Amino acid sequence: MISRRLSLAALAALPAASAFAQLRIDIAGVGGTRVPVAIVDFRDESKSPQPIAAIVRADLERSGLFRSVDAPGGLSETSSPVWPDWRARQADALAAGSVSRLADGRLDIRFKLWDVVKGAELAGEAHAVLPEDARLAAHRIADTIYQKLTGERGVFATRMAYVTKAGSRYSLVVADADGEGAKVALTSPDPIISPAWAPNGRELAYVSFESRKATVRIQDVQTGQRRVLADFKGTNSAPAWSPDGQQLALSLSRDGGTQLFVINRDGSGLKRLTQSSAIDTEACYAPDGSKIYFVSDRGGGPQIYRMPAGGGTAERVTFNGNYNISPAVSPDGRTLAYITRVGGAFRLSVMDLGTGQSQQISEANDDESPAFAPNGKLIVYASRAGGKEVLMTTTLDGKIKTPLLVTLAEVREPTWGPFTRQ
Amino acid sequence: MKLTRFALPLIAAAALAGCSSAVKLDEPAPVETRQPVAPAATSSQGTTAPAAESRVATVDLNAQYTEQVKDKRVVYFDFDSDVVKEEYRGLVDLHAKRLNNNKKLALNLEGHTDERGGREYNLALGQRRAEAVAKSLTLLGVAGTQVEAVSFGKERPAVQGSTEEAWAKNRRVELKDK
Repeated sequence: MISRRLSLAALAALPAASAFAQLRIDIAGVGGTRVPVAIVDFRDESKSPQPIAAIVRADLERSGLFRSVDAPGGLSETSSPVWPDWRARQADALAAGSVSRLADGRLDIRFKLWDVVKGAELAGEAHAVLPEDARLAAHRIADTIYQKLTGERGVFATRMAYVTKAGSRYSLVVADADGEGAKVALTSPDPIISPAWAPNGRELAYVSFESRKATVRIQDVQTGQRRVLADFKGTNSAPAWSPDGQQLALSLSRDGGTQLFVINRDGSGLKRLTQSSAIDTEACYAPDGSKIYFVSDRGGGPQIYRMPAGGGTAERVTFNGNYNISPAVSPDGRTLAYITRVGGAFRLSVMDLGTGQSQQISEANDDESPAFAPNGKLIVYASRAGGKEVLMTTTLDGKIKTPLLVTLAEVREPTWGPFTRQ
Repeated sequence: MKLTRFALPLIAAAALAGCSSAVKLDEPAPVETRQPVAPAATSSQGTTAPAAESRVATVDLNAQYTEQVKDKRVVYFDFDSDVVKEEYRGLVDLHAKRLNNNKKLALNLEGHTDERGGREYNLALGQRRAEAVAKSLTLLGVAGTQVEAVSFGKERPAVQGSTEEAWAKNRRVELKDK
């Protein structure tokens, strides 16, 4: 019993193993440490348009930290599990629940999570959701289970946005973090690049070339309402939300050259941040909002620098190699992910911002645009496999990599949405 | 009468010759100004109706300049360079002449890069190339309001492919009328 408890606790210390693969799950190397969980089919699950228990099981298995134990039905959140039976099935944790329809048409999805070894309740929740949010409710249940058993927040209920290109058609797509439930937010005959989720999870800023030049727009994901944030003379690009969501840093060429500016979310209060004759672009806020990381070629080739968020003296951050671009800072502010050029290859690297030590974590040739999961356990990035653009996720140590999406289109420019989602 | 009937087209031809002396000799005669000359050639053989006496052939310099830059709207760049090469001086001169002749004309200068490297950084590199062309035009007297340097980075390659040849075709600035 004590050893079982330890095995659960020890999980929190493990590097979060990969996942969210749509088609293939590679969890080699962590198989021996996966915790056995039993997720019983929810009572009256057929009332939901989505198979709740199956989604929860798939989420947990894809995390690489859990193994699904065969679980016969007939149990719900109101049941009293017969502990010896579940211990005989060698499940460490057990979850069961029910689905019912409310008078207003919403679904009431309830569940309970138990510690089988202790025979004690760990969590219980009720989600009243519209039928089209059934998948979201299932992801939230998986997040609760993940958090109770690992001590870390799960990212199953978060969303990604990315750009696909099929022929000459570009689409800005929003999908669940497992790659399922993809929906097109914008489709255009002109390129779309650099999408960035607002911290409120409701809006996307991105660069569109629809007016024969690059302009920055903001779109409300739920309503489709769009507005122009920056359409100054020349090129407008690389939007980055401040952590409080009130401002965006961006790159403008309106004064000549490509320089960093900051602007309020409503388009007011434009202020120039850098004053160089070099290229300054790809701003990215530190999670506490105090600093901005960015790319500049003021020293020759492009390197990553950082400066106070209000502008000021910049210090160089990357020193290895002559081409380092696309900075992303982890939610805890400790790790920098970026793309480095090695020979003719562009590869994902991470730097420990405390020690300055960096490590290449990819052997691919065409990596681009890294972004952290909101719990900091995974990085999503664009790469190329078999001549096609794909999205990959990787653990921060690079040990577990998984293709996120397998589609016929070219897939690029991923951005991982925040925890908040309402 | 006969004389004057021929004289008008001749004047038109003379006017044409006069203005084309400002441009390269190997330029084809602009389509728009060639039109009035045609009846003269045929009427001398008496096979078609003669041109009206009151006719005035219009020489449109704007149209001529436009015709002259028809196939001169792309500047190519060396790898990792935003230098407008010497071989494009003539092209830039022609565009400057055209823009200076008609201050209402405006160009979008669209910078492009090859496919190597990040999207945003390439966008900035393409911008730098477009601004280099803008600068060479404004140095020849073109108003800053007549040119807008913009960039498509690596998003709109002219040629698909990952060869040196394709890359060279994609490192460019396109001069497009607004």
